[in-house]
Amino acid sequence: MARRVTLRLGFEGELRDVVVTIPDDEPAPWQWGEKFSVVGVATPRLDGPLKATGRAPYTCDIQLPGMLYGAILRSPYPHARVRSVDLGAARRLAGVRAALERSGATIRFAGQEVAAVAAVSPEIARDALRLIKVEYAPMPFVVAMDEASRPDAPDVFESGGNVGSPHLNEIGNVAAGFETAAASVDAVYTTPVQTHVSLETHGAVASWNGDELTVWCSTQGIFGVRDDLAVHFSLPPENVRVITAYLGGGFGSKFGAGHEVIFAAELARMARAPVKLMLSRAEEHVATGNRPSSRQHVRIGAARDGALTALELEQHGSGGIGGGSGSAAPYLSLYRCPNLRTSEHNVNINAGPASPMRAPGWPQGCFALELAIDELARKLNLDRLEMRRRNNPSPVRALEFELGARAFRWEERARAPKARGPMRRGVGVASAVWHGIGASGPQAQCVAFRDGRVAVRIGTQDVGTGTRTIIAMVAAEELGLPLSSVIAEIGDTRYLFSLPSGGSMTAPSTTPAVRQAAAHLKGKLMRLAAPALGAEPEDLVISDGVVRVRAEPNRAMQFADLCRRISGDSLAADGEHVPNYGGYSMTQAGCQFAGVEVDIETGIVRVVDFVAVHDAGAIVDPLTARSQVNGGIIMGVGFALFEDRRLDPQTGLMVNPTMDDYKLPGVLDTPEIRAYFVEVANGITNTGVLGLGEAVHVAAAAAIGCAVADAIGAPVRDLPLTPDRVLAALGRV
Amino acid sequence: MKRFAVIAPADLSAAARMLAEPNRSALAGGVDLLDLLKQELAAPDELVNLKALGGLDRIESESGGALRIGPLVTLHQLAASPAVRARHPALADAAAEAATPQLRNLATVGGNLAQRPRCWYFRNPAIVCLKKGGSKCYAVAGLNRYHAILGGGPSFIVNPSNLAPALVAYDATLTLHGPDGARKLAIAEFFTLPKADPRRENALIPGEIIAAIDVPAPPAGARSAYIEAREKQSFDWPLASAVAILAMNRAGEIEYARIVMGAVAPIPWRAPSAEKILHGARLDRAVADRAAQAALEGAAPLAHNAYKIPIARAMVRRAILRAGGIADETA
Ligand SMILES: Cc1cc2nc3c(=O)[nH]c(=O)nc-3n(C[C@H](O)[C@H](O)[C@H](O)COP(=O)(O)OP(=O)(O)OC[C@H]3O[C@@H](n4cnc5c(N)ncnc54)[C@H](O)[C@@H]3O)c2cc1C
Ligand code: SF4
Repeated sequence: MARRVTLRLGFEGELRDVVVTIPDDEPAPWQWGEKFSVVGVATPRLDGPLKATGRAPYTCDIQLPGMLYGAILRSPYPHARVRSVDLGAARRLAGVRAALERSGATIRFAGQEVAAVAAVSPEIARDALRLIKVEYAPMPFVVAMDEASRPDAPDVFESGGNVGSPHLNEIGNVAAGFETAAASVDAVYTTPVQTHVSLETHGAVASWNGDELTVWCSTQGIFGVRDDLAVHFSLPPENVRVITAYLGGGFGSKFGAGHEVIFAAELARMARAPVKLMLSRAEEHVATGNRPSSRQHVRIGAARDGALTALELEQHGSGGIGGGSGSAAPYLSLYRCPNLRTSEHNVNINAGPASPMRAPGWPQGCFALELAIDELARKLNLDRLEMRRRNNPSPVRALEFELGARAFRWEERARAPKARGPMRRGVGVASAVWHGIGASGPQAQCVAFRDGRVAVRIGTQDVGTGTRTIIAMVAAEELGLPLSSVIAEIGDTRYLFSLPSGGSMTAPSTTPAVRQAAAHLKGKLMRLAAPALGAEPEDLVISDGVVRVRAEPNRAMQFADLCRRISGDSLAADGEHVPNYGGYSMTQAGCQFAGVEVDIETGIVRVVDFVAVHDAGAIVDPLTARSQVNGGIIMGVGFALFEDRRLDPQTGLMVNPTMDDYKLPGVLDTPEIRAYFVEVANGITNTGVLGLGEAVHVAAAAAIGCAVADAIGAPVRDLPLTPDRVLAALGRV
Repeated sequence: MKRFAVIAPADLSAAARMLAEPNRSALAGGVDLLDLLKQELAAPDELVNLKALGGLDRIESESGGALRIGPLVTLHQLAASPAVRARHPALADAAAEAATPQLRNLATVGGNLAQRPRCWYFRNPAIVCLKKGGSKCYAVAGLNRYHAILGGGPSFIVNPSNLAPALVAYDATLTLHGPDGARKLAIAEFFTLPKADPRRENALIPGEIIAAIDVPAPPAGARSAYIEAREKQSFDWPLASAVAILAMNRAGEIEYARIVMGAVAPIPWRAPSAEKILHGARLDRAVADRAAQAALEGAAPLAHNAYKIPIARAMVRRAILRAGGIADETA
């Protein structure tokens, strides 16, 4: 059943032979030096033209006959008991078809859902909301984490106490570590609440047929939504079908059936008509999750040569009424330190709950840790890159530091004069770790049709990363076909199961299943071709759409001719992602260099350029990989310079739930970005593909923070690095 | 958004009569008005479509350099017009720096001057502040990082228009067409302080339309500059802006100086004390510094916006230097 294969694994300069055990029906894993014809070729997204011309059907584009429009009434109070909800007048409004309330709800944040309606137009639905009479009994509230941590603060939950019990990690002896330190830094760093701001808001179209429910949904996990709906409506999962053909981003906020999906389905059932319910931008900001804030008290010490001797983190964080805010992960794995102690606390405030967001905890943790390391390096009079090299545990990153420093001209730029008039230039470098190795679970199907086309079907979804494209590329590669012969069909729970698109799991989890399915289909096709070519199936190969006898390449047939021999309509084969086999390395190293320019008279920061060096395993499509790097860094610019969910202390309302007041980087705020990949043949799966979504975001804000401190000669320890803070650090306000 | 009808007037007088009826709003480019409708901050029954009127979208220039700008001229037209750039470069730059290319193609001069403030309490439909007839200004004890540092109280909005400080500096005059005919008003008197009435930002009375903007030629030899500081370079509003107009005599002394700041006060904020320092001086960095210092004297920041003072100061100094032809080190 299983076989052992020896693979050449590792990266340029550090290659070794590794023996892995794999199932018999698993195709031989790609290894170092593998020759490809489709994979590795820069390929524009297959659905790019559809998206660019507006023909790609996103959830909000779905129109069904007789479809109604849903809308949600939300509490204007951050903390209140709902005494009563009167839906009468709303129900009587002409055009309203259904109305419902969240009975007995205690409101714990402004924007929490209270009731919902469905009507024949979005405008009537909004009018109906205004007719709903709600009696609230407002209660004391708290929206600032510092205030919520005080003993006399209003309790967010009846159970009392807003500060959760700490989550601890301890290695070695921190006190002893500080005693041996030649220098140390003791400082507090903070990061704001960031919201996901997916371009497509959350929403769904729900349609019932008897006790069968079909939902078009903007989700990162169609199967999770299916299962949540099945539980909510006590249906067998096969009665629920979830479709996400196209998705305008999620970043961690779109797992499972959110309240808007449940409302859409409930309203549709009540109204006996399909209901579309898409959230507004303001609702998106307040009620669909966020990256929690952090207050990180960091103590860090090092020996004279820069080797870390002790590292301690006392962290508090809050997104709102729930969600993990921990940011210790980078402290535990980015650098080597023998004595470590971290303590993380969740704090509740009256605001919308947190949810996972692109590398949960990491950008916050990296910002504080990397800036603290810079402060320490300055005290020790060490080059900041050298300081990181001394403590770097990863041989891949050691190479990345070298490549990156050369591309960025670190040596020269770190020593260059800073000032040009009121402008100050600075550079920063920060490290990234991720574990985008994927997991088993996904299954795929490959189908050859008699006309020579091949479909690859898998119940994954393209969160915007190019999943559709790379799946088709992997199948084409395995089948020896041009990419144009392969269609990728995804985003439907009718296809075989796949995992949610999060945690940088999609590419590493789906591609091995797709490749196995393609290999299995190839096996079946070879058996079909063998008699015609008078050879054994094992002696046949396909490349460029032609099947040949390996030893006698002139004995050949076109793939399309072979497909005409398929009896019936098509020939299908399944494949799965078998459990990851221990390969070369289960982690993924990266580093990013940032160059900034700061106007010291205005405090305005401009990020000038970035060099990013990452390990992405085997790169399927260099273009989509580069897009990931661009996206991760641009999001990092937003986190570093602009973004902040601002809550008004008087009303508990978010004052900037728009796209102009909640500031996101635009074209002119985007630096020049150069991406480099260190290809690591990791032999973890049959493709060795790693996910890049998170690795590329982890270090971006940290590198910017370090560069700003370098530029102005003083650390700004609070994100975002807005002009007021930069001017304050300069002593100019 | 409440349902509304769009109605087309035959001429300016008809438009003014239509607008004098209750629950009507003038529609120009719609950039701000649509936002107000969507946020339910305005709920008119009818929109009087000024775009139905012909002839209001032209820039006319006289041989002496004076401009007559129609209210439906877009920001893009203003920024791209050689006639405007020739003698009124600060106005062209103010237009060019505003918003984004798409918005500049839609946004009109009249709408830009009459747009409502950006205060996030004002823009939040759930909050009824002083400006909306409520009893308090939420910015006073709340989040006020973008609010006024000069001229505030009881409301602390900042005037959001890029064009306003430039037009004030150039001494523009507005022709306001009302139901009872037209009147002329110096633009400095068009914008009103919240002290007078916190609910309004200008002197328009119901039915009145900005029908023309007359901009005289600046004094012979005058040079001008507009500069703004934005937190974000794309899609953002200024934190502070400054316009400087300077004219020197033969001896190289400043004989005419105009300094106006934007985004720092509820109205475009002229700085006579800075102008006084410049007057008669020979321009150098120290003089520009002193003038900038003077321009911000009397600034009264709220809890979170003191940082706007050094920024505004830098804008004033840079605008003066640029207008005076002294190299700008930030370029
Ligand atoms: C993202 C964004 C960024 C922006 N950045 C800037 C910026 O940096 N600087 C800047 O100056 N502006 C900026 N703007 C604002 C924009 O310039 C204004 O909204 C626009 O100029 C309004 O013009 P309009 O023709 O679209 O007016 P409309 O939206 O049609 O009208 C605005 C208001 O003026 C009234 N009105 C219109 N025309 C007349 C008239 N002739 N007489 C009397 N009343 C009239 C209307 O009734 C309405 O109340 C930005 C806008 C956005 C959305
Ligand atoms: S500044 Fe003006 S608009 Fe803003 S809250 Fe105060 S009164 Fe309202």
